[in-house]
Parts: sequence; C-alpha cells; structure tokens
Amino acid sequence: MKKRSNEPLLWILFSAGGTVAALLLPIHLLLFGFAFALGWLNGPGYDRLIEILRHPLTRVYLLVLCSLPLFHWAHRFRYTLYDGLQIKHLNELINTFCYGGAVVGTAIAIYLLWSIP
Amino acid sequence: MANRIELRVKRYHPENDQEPWFESYAVPLRKEWVILDALNYIKDHLDGSLTFRWSCRMGVCGSCGMDVNGVPKLACATFLTDCAPGPVRVEPLKNFPILRDLVVDISDFLVKLADAKPWIIRKVEKPLEEEYLQTPEQVDAYKQFSMCINCMLCYAACPVYGLDPLFSGPAAIALAQRYNMDSRDQGAGIRMDILSQHEGIWGCTFVGECTKVCPKHVDPAGAIQQYKVTSSIEWLKSLVLPRGAE
Amino acid sequence: MLHPTEYVPKSYHPRVSTYWWLGRWAYAKFILREISSIFVAWVVVTTLLQVRALKAGPAAYAQFQAWLATPWVLVLNAISLFFVVFHAVTWFNLAPKAMVVRMRGKRLPAAAIAAPNYAAWVVVSATVLWILLRG
Repeated sequence: MKKRSNEPLLWILFSAGGTVAALLLPIHLLLFGFAFALGWLNGPGYDRLIEILRHPLTRVYLLVLCSLPLFHWAHRFRYTLYDGLQIKHLNELINTFCYGGAVVGTAIAIYLLWSIP
Repeated sequence: MANRIELRVKRYHPENDQEPWFESYAVPLRKEWVILDALNYIKDHLDGSLTFRWSCRMGVCGSCGMDVNGVPKLACATFLTDCAPGPVRVEPLKNFPILRDLVVDISDFLVKLADAKPWIIRKVEKPLEEEYLQTPEQVDAYKQFSMCINCMLCYAACPVYGLDPLFSGPAAIALAQRYNMDSRDQGAGIRMDILSQHEGIWGCTFVGECTKVCPKHVDPAGAIQQYKVTSSIEWLKSLVLPRGAE
Repeated sequence: MLHPTEYVPKSYHPRVSTYWWLGRWAYAKFILREISSIFVAWVVVTTLLQVRALKAGPAAYAQFQAWLATPWVLVLNAISLFFVVFHAVTWFNLAPKAMVVRMRGKRLPAAAIAAPNYAAWVVVSATVLWILLRG
C-alpha cells in the first residue's frame, strides 16, 4: 500500500487560513490601517487596546488571525512560484521558504502574544 | 454577410517540418456551418493533406477538440458565424504533443484516465440475478460527472496540466469522482491511494478554466474541489483510525 | 504507447511560455487572485508589528500609528485592502463548488452557500468593530 502524501494537511491549513483571512483581515486593515490611523473614527486608545490584548481569548484570536493566513499564503505562493514562474524544480527551496516562513511567523506571534505582561 | 471567411490552420508534417506553421484558407461562410464543416470543405476542395479527427459531428463523441482563436472548442459545435468576420485561428489542442496538423497525442490522458479506474469497483460482487437499485437522488449524486465525453478541452484549458506532468487533469479526476459518488461503487479507497499522491489532485489550483470550456457542463473544477475535501477528511480519519480499518 | 509500425514520427512538443498567464484575461485574473496571498501575508505582518508596538509601550504605539499614516505605507495598505477584499469575494464565491449540500434530494444552488458566507463576513466584521469601539 503506497504511503499517502501529507498534502491534505497543507490543503486543510490553506483552506482554514483562507477563510480566516477572508472573514477578518479586511475589517482589521480597514480599521487599524485607515479608520483609526487617519482619524476617520475615534479608535480605542492605548490603554483600552492593552486591556483587550491581555484577555486570554484575544491572544488566541490573534494567534489564529496571524498564523492561519500565513499558512494560506505559504501554500498559495508555493503553487504560484511553481506555475507562474515555472521553478518547480526548486521545490525543496520553495517549500522550506513558504512553510518555514509560516512556521516562523507563527512562532513570532506566539512569542509576542504570550510575553505581554 | 460576407460570403467567405478566412481560416488560419496550424499545420505540422513531422517528416518535413521542424516546427508547426500556419496556412490560410478561404472557405464559404454559411450560416449553418461549423468549424468542422469548414475543415471538411478544405480537405475536399482545397488541400487534401489536412489531417484532423472527427466522428459524430454532433458533440457526443469528443473527437474534434481543437483550439479556436486560442480557446479550446469542439469543431462540430463552433459556428463560423460566431467567429466572423475572422480570420479564425484553428490549432491543435494545447498541452498535448502534436502528431500531425490538428491531431494530438492523447496517450498521456489515456494513462491518467486508466489510473482513475473509471469503472464500478466492488469488494463483494452481487450474484448476477440481483440488481443494483438506485433512487433518483442516488443517480443525481454523480450524474453530472458522468456526462464527460473525454474530449480533453479541459486539459487544453488547464495551465497546471500544461506545466506539471504529474497532474492527473480535470476529466480523470471528475470521472474518479463520478464513480466515488456512485452508490454501487466500493472503490473510493483504491482511487484515493492513486489520486491523492503528490500532484495527482493536489496540483490543482482551482483556476476554473476547465469548467468554463467543458461542452457537457461536467464542472470538473467542482469535482476536484469536492475530491480535495473528501481526501482531507479521509486523511484526518486516518490519523485516528488504524490504516485498513474502514 | 503502442508502436505497431517501425517508423515513429517525431511529435512536436510545444513549450509553455513563461508568460502563459498573460495569454487570456481569465488566466491573468487567476494570477491576480493568487498574488492576493502576498498582501494577506503583509496584513499579518502589520498586525504582528502592531502587537509588538503595543507591547513596547504608549510611545512606541504612537510611533507605529504615525508610521501607518506615512504615504508609502498608506499606498501599500490601500493596495492590500483591495487585494484582501478581492481575496474574500473570490473565496466566498468559490466556496460553494467544494461543498455539496443536498436538501430534499436536490442540490442547493451556489448562491445558497455563498450568501451565508457573506452574511458571516458582515456579522464578524461588525462584531470586531463593536468590540473595538465600545469604551
């Protein structure tokens, strides 16, 4: 019996990441990148943000928000490089860069989110 | 309406040519004529050496697939008036080696089709006297995917198939799904072993062009995405259940 | 492949151009959709930078906000906003293809699957907005 590949796991992460990115990234970018930064809306002040951030659920939420979309990017970008630039022969390098990048981003997120006093 | 239309047909004679080249022909522009009629006119009256495949001339055999103005089409289903005023570029299906003129080498597709095992697989055969009964809902579950005529327009439209020799391709996967969804079939696990390998189905990036060009509305892109979901669920199950326990 | 005759003609193998995706608008749109993932990653990066700034204190956060308002960041984020919305729309429109939902024997039309996704998008966005704006 042939060993089944682990592509399903990568696809599951890609799908979950794509869904999280689709649902949440637009509003986050719209608010923090524009509405609050340019004063269109009165955004939460520093103290209020820290208060929200300290809540354990927020940390989990932000971990999901940061990690899964990175795995979505990793999978999609990998195939864009394979098919768009036709460099599939570099697949080991590409896979390390993409999925490795997502893992590193996740590690950074964990460190940042759980080292807040 | 003008009474002629120009066809620019790609020619390739392996005994003479290093590369394909284009030849122009002026054919009558008749309102009921399709590309296939134009090609037969060329062969009968203008150039008997023109080589192309065709059979039923009514969109059910899948023989006459070619690239018309860069888009994969059935020659018997593409009206000249829709391509007017022309010139109309007629080329062999993309992503396949060219054997001669508009005839391509489809052996890769046939290998991949066989890999998908497009037939009913039973673990236990029923005795001949017993029927396999199906409700209309059970037929509905796979009927759309059974409409495939193996015309390979989807392979010509799929950029991944053109770039990745390991990719099984839209029709093969859609046909695998057609049997997986058939209530009489018990071979889903066997097909999964073959197709769920690297690039079997995973090379698909859901471009969606295969579904757009399919003349029988099979929706191979949908079949492949559904297969990815099924594969993923099976993979998750295999984490908690020992292999072979189904 | 079977070769019943001795003479095997050499078939012509066309090479796929590096710019195959410019050949048809459908392919170009596909590549744009795939490129959106880069901007998805960028938004994640800005979120991580935001968390880091919050951690570092009010002054650092104020600096971060000022950085967000600099012209090149604004342009980059405007492009990113377009791409993450493009990603969301294409994602919700394609989701029905992967999910076959049958009710009373008939398959639900694509819009019936896409609509709840869009609704969820609105509800989730409104919730985030509410959490951030209430004092």
